[in-house]
Amino acid sequence: MSAIRRPSPVLTFGKYAALAFYLIFALFPLYWLVKISITPDQLVFTEGTALWPSETTLGNFRTVIFHTDFLAYFGNSLIVSLGTAAATTLIAAGAGYAFSRFNFGGKRVIIALMLVTQMFPLLMIIAPIYKIVAAMGLLNSLTSLIVVYTAFNVPFATFLMQSFFDGIPKDLEEAAMMDGCTRFQALRKVIFPLTLPGLGATLGFVFTAAWSELLFALMLISRNEAMTFPVGLLTFVSKFSVDWGQMMAAGVLALIPSCLFFIFIQRYLVQGLTSGAVKG
Amino acid sequence: MARLQLTNVAKRYGNVEVLRDINLDIADGEFIVLVGPSGCGKSTLLRMIAGLEPISDGDFLIDGERMNDIRPRDRDIAMVFQSYALYPHMDVARNMGFSMEIRGAATAERTSRVAEAGRALGLDKLLERLPKALSGGQRQRVAMGRAIVRDPRAFLFDEPLSNLDAALRVEMRLEIARLHQRLGTTMVYVTHDQVEALTLADRIVVLNGGIIQQVGSPLELYERPANRFVAQFIGSPTMNVVAAAPDGASAVRLASGARILLPNHSGAGRAAELGIRPEHVDVVEPGTGDLDAVADVIEHLGSDTNVYTVVEGLGPIMARVRGNVPARSGDRLGLRIRPEHAHLFARDGRALAATGA
Repeated sequence: MSAIRRPSPVLTFGKYAALAFYLIFALFPLYWLVKISITPDQLVFTEGTALWPSETTLGNFRTVIFHTDFLAYFGNSLIVSLGTAAATTLIAAGAGYAFSRFNFGGKRVIIALMLVTQMFPLLMIIAPIYKIVAAMGLLNSLTSLIVVYTAFNVPFATFLMQSFFDGIPKDLEEAAMMDGCTRFQALRKVIFPLTLPGLGATLGFVFTAAWSELLFALMLISRNEAMTFPVGLLTFVSKFSVDWGQMMAAGVLALIPSCLFFIFIQRYLVQGLTSGAVKG
Repeated sequence: MARLQLTNVAKRYGNVEVLRDINLDIADGEFIVLVGPSGCGKSTLLRMIAGLEPISDGDFLIDGERMNDIRPRDRDIAMVFQSYALYPHMDVARNMGFSMEIRGAATAERTSRVAEAGRALGLDKLLERLPKALSGGQRQRVAMGRAIVRDPRAFLFDEPLSNLDAALRVEMRLEIARLHQRLGTTMVYVTHDQVEALTLADRIVVLNGGIIQQVGSPLELYERPANRFVAQFIGSPTMNVVAAAPDGASAVRLASGARILLPNHSGAGRAAELGIRPEHVDVVEPGTGDLDAVADVIEHLGSDTNVYTVVEGLGPIMARVRGNVPARSGDRLGLRIRPEHAHLFARDGRALAATGA
């Protein structure tokens, strides 16, 4: 009996083949987005299925940036997404810490209720939400989107933050308190620096969710000046034609913030910062 | 420097009582070891002294001052955690100086105290490393350094050596003993390892089921255990305990039929069990001892030999013999019990009249 068996080459090949297939599956639409965005208008339909156009242009980008309201949409989206990410993460960090560290009456009920909120299809509650926002006089404002997005993202973000706090040994806070910290000092000097990756991941997750949200933005915003970019993207669809090239160029531009963010955050996602805190 | 007093202390979680009637007076400078099986409440008791766990009932005093409602930070006690609990984002020096940093001590004083503690623990070359770049033993030293730098009134240790390998554990045990000699500070140490307890303690507190079973010096616990639990918990290998019935005023009869004479033992008339430590059982020629046995497993340790035997009608009895025993598994042996070292236990497990050594 051999103790260690080498994996068979067939199996290894199969694994890589599966990974390659998945990568193509996931990245191909992205590739197509970029390809169409640099294809001149007159070639979109004649060379529509070619893997690379015979001619390329940055004209679509120029048009989108200088001759449409895209930059305004982009700015609105940035305000809404950053506002939502900040508000949600702040609330979720506090709630997540409490769920992770304290036992209090009704804790299980609150957690269960938060889970329940995740079970409703959005379409079911969109009308009531519209009514509420209208009654508050917030229709057509970016504030309404920040409030609604925050409300919808807090439960999941709280679970996310709770799991990050759960990953930080309780011993560390206790050691800090033995060393002379109040609970708040222990939180600020020991726990907070260790939660930075968690905060970053939560910020990123919420930012991305808010950045690409369409349904509520469509319902609550009808004024052009207050449109976010997913709604703005629809303005490229007119009654009789779709401006594919410009739409794709806008899509590529819209990808930039998320990409930058994940490049920035990925080293934290991979590496656990608490290594070395406790044994092992 | 501190005297720690616990009076009628209890700990409850809801309706579950995990510690009960804890009365303990720890003298200034004493090294106390809390020992017991897992779940006996020893760590909870330590955490109550630290202030990390509220005290449900009773009083805890440091130098006469009631501490029940004083926050951990104001008790001036240092604690070394089982997990070390080093701050992963701070280098060794900052880890050790953190308590002084929080208290707003001057940087110069902090640096010199950290350097001093670092030298004492052999960490002077590692002060700029992060905890993740340290070995287990080094992390353990940093955890101790962090406690020393503060110069606290008392030290608490929660199973500090249980994550180290055997060789390192012995080394660190010595280091802790030296530390206590050097500083002379009150120390309370939790462990489930009775060897650590016996080697380090001025006095050992044996806990089981949330109740103090016995408090005493290592030798007292070894020679005069208060009950069957302590008798079997303290001492390695574990004491043999077998059923016994009174047979006259100064002898007991075992289930195998053997009659053991205990001339100096006043408790023989009430005995339900007889206990004898393996080192007090001699291996002799078959038929010439108190019991006839068959060797089961022989462990040669060099200086000693562990002889596991089975006595018909009685069950397993272990003997530990100095030097080498030429027996093999399956051999017939005689066992002689040294009556002056025999322990007798009543039906409820309490020890009957100490025999003395």
